[in-house]
Amino acid sequence: MTELAIRLRGAVKRYGEITAVDGLDLDVPEGTCVGLLGPNGAGKSTTMRLLTAQAIADEGELDVLGFRLPEESKMARAQSGVVPQLDNLDTTLTVEQNLLVFSHLYRIARGERGAAIERAITLAKLGDRRDTKVSKLSGGMRRRLLIARGLVHRPRLVLLDEPTVGLDPQVRQEIWALIDALRADGTTILMSTHYIEEAQRLCDTVLIVSHGKAVAAGPPSDLVQEYAGREAIEVYGPPPRLAEVEQEAAAAGMRTRRTGTSVSILGIGSNGFAVEGERRPANLEDVFVLLTGEEIA
Amino acid sequence: MAVAESKRLGRLERPALTGVLVREAVNYSSYWRSSTFSSTVEPTIYLLAFGFGFGSIVSTIGGLDYVQFVGSGTVATAVLFSSAFPAMFGTFVKYEFQRTYDAILAAPVDTEELVSAEALWIATRAGVYGCVPMLVAMAFGLDPAWGMLAVPFINWIAGFGWACFGIAVAGYSKSMENFNYIVSAVLTPLFLLAGSFFPLDNFPEWARVLANLNPLHQCVVLVRDAVVYGWDGWADLGRLGFLVVFGLILWRIAIDAMTRKLID
Repeated sequence: MTELAIRLRGAVKRYGEITAVDGLDLDVPEGTCVGLLGPNGAGKSTTMRLLTAQAIADEGELDVLGFRLPEESKMARAQSGVVPQLDNLDTTLTVEQNLLVFSHLYRIARGERGAAIERAITLAKLGDRRDTKVSKLSGGMRRRLLIARGLVHRPRLVLLDEPTVGLDPQVRQEIWALIDALRADGTTILMSTHYIEEAQRLCDTVLIVSHGKAVAAGPPSDLVQEYAGREAIEVYGPPPRLAEVEQEAAAAGMRTRRTGTSVSILGIGSNGFAVEGERRPANLEDVFVLLTGEEIA
Repeated sequence: MAVAESKRLGRLERPALTGVLVREAVNYSSYWRSSTFSSTVEPTIYLLAFGFGFGSIVSTIGGLDYVQFVGSGTVATAVLFSSAFPAMFGTFVKYEFQRTYDAILAAPVDTEELVSAEALWIATRAGVYGCVPMLVAMAFGLDPAWGMLAVPFINWIAGFGWACFGIAVAGYSKSMENFNYIVSAVLTPLFLLAGSFFPLDNFPEWARVLANLNPLHQCVVLVRDAVVYGWDGWADLGRLGFLVVFGLILWRIAIDAMTRKLID
């Protein structure tokens, strides 16, 4: 049986009246990439903070790499790497100095420190920028350095909090390649994201979260097949036409959602409903809407 | 990797403290010039201003040349300026704007270790920078004394307490504007009631009693004894003990403040 790198049972985190994480169960088997998929405010970042004991759960059981949280969090953190959503690099330091600092913070032995920093620089593809101050790096370079910083000690588990948020498409592709390489290397990854494509491309399993709760879990293709069927139809037209299509679909018991200038009719094929429009494969976003009634981004 | 695989990690571990200190030291390499400039020029200006200003009116105080009096007294001021203020502003910037502490606490470092290491670093800087007024005063005629060798140590103890004070203030504050209350209502009165620039002998009784509870005043007296008057036995030991207790209490308060701030 596969060991679990992360095991959450009934995790609850409240901030006053707001329940950010509401009885969350989460399993991350070792050597897999699991995605926490949900809109802003779904509780993804709070879940990440719970896993490093920077937030303390009000209820529930939390185990990371076999250590019970929050009591044994320090041991778990020693073997985990965290890539935060917000860039918190030391901007007045160079690439190499940033990595040097974290090689100390992650307690890499003196004799191994140089090699670890070199490996991280190579991973981030910043060999020619090692002496450049972070403030002079582009957004993509900074993000690559942020990831390399979290990997400098070769952690067993990596927590990636919205790793590509705010990046342009080209840089996003670079980061995906980096994460994919990490995944191929057998590192366990828990990644929060609200990008559907990111979750579909990189994750073995996806946990869809809404209002701090898990609403579905499984491999992306299985979830799509199970909840959204094979296809959706997108109908384009002026607002009155879109409203009409929504009414027709609702009358036929179909779920719809607005996607910008169009209406998507989900679960096509389940009851013979037909309408003129562009057919497209169903996706995780459709699953999310079907399960929660919310748009994901 | 050489990280503990199964060993239980405890409190206040040396590797965690070292990690935070290394970060500070590496950062310091990028701003030591400006920091050293202000720490050197500021007390020099104080000495020149008070020395030539008051010095022309008051020749001696308590048997000391006014330059000697101010030169030894400004040491405590320099300690305060190089510990409490950087601790307040630096801590706030690091947790609120740079999010540095989020990154550090994701590593195997606890808040207690983070606060302790930050205070140790600031105390060490204050220990060194606090000596500058004394060295400047020597250029203006302060005689060398063996007791001067103890000044960095006294500064370090006082600086640790003030660093923890600054960290605690930053930890409990919701915005940097709140620092104005602390500077005006706490630090300025303590600064003026320290006996750095003028003796407290003519103050009312209650003010002199209060001054004894002022860590800055205790630091001034200790440094003055070390530098010019000579040690005052148990009384100085008591003053040192006072500064140690001040540091220890503020240390725990700073840890509490930052735990509330950094851990949800």
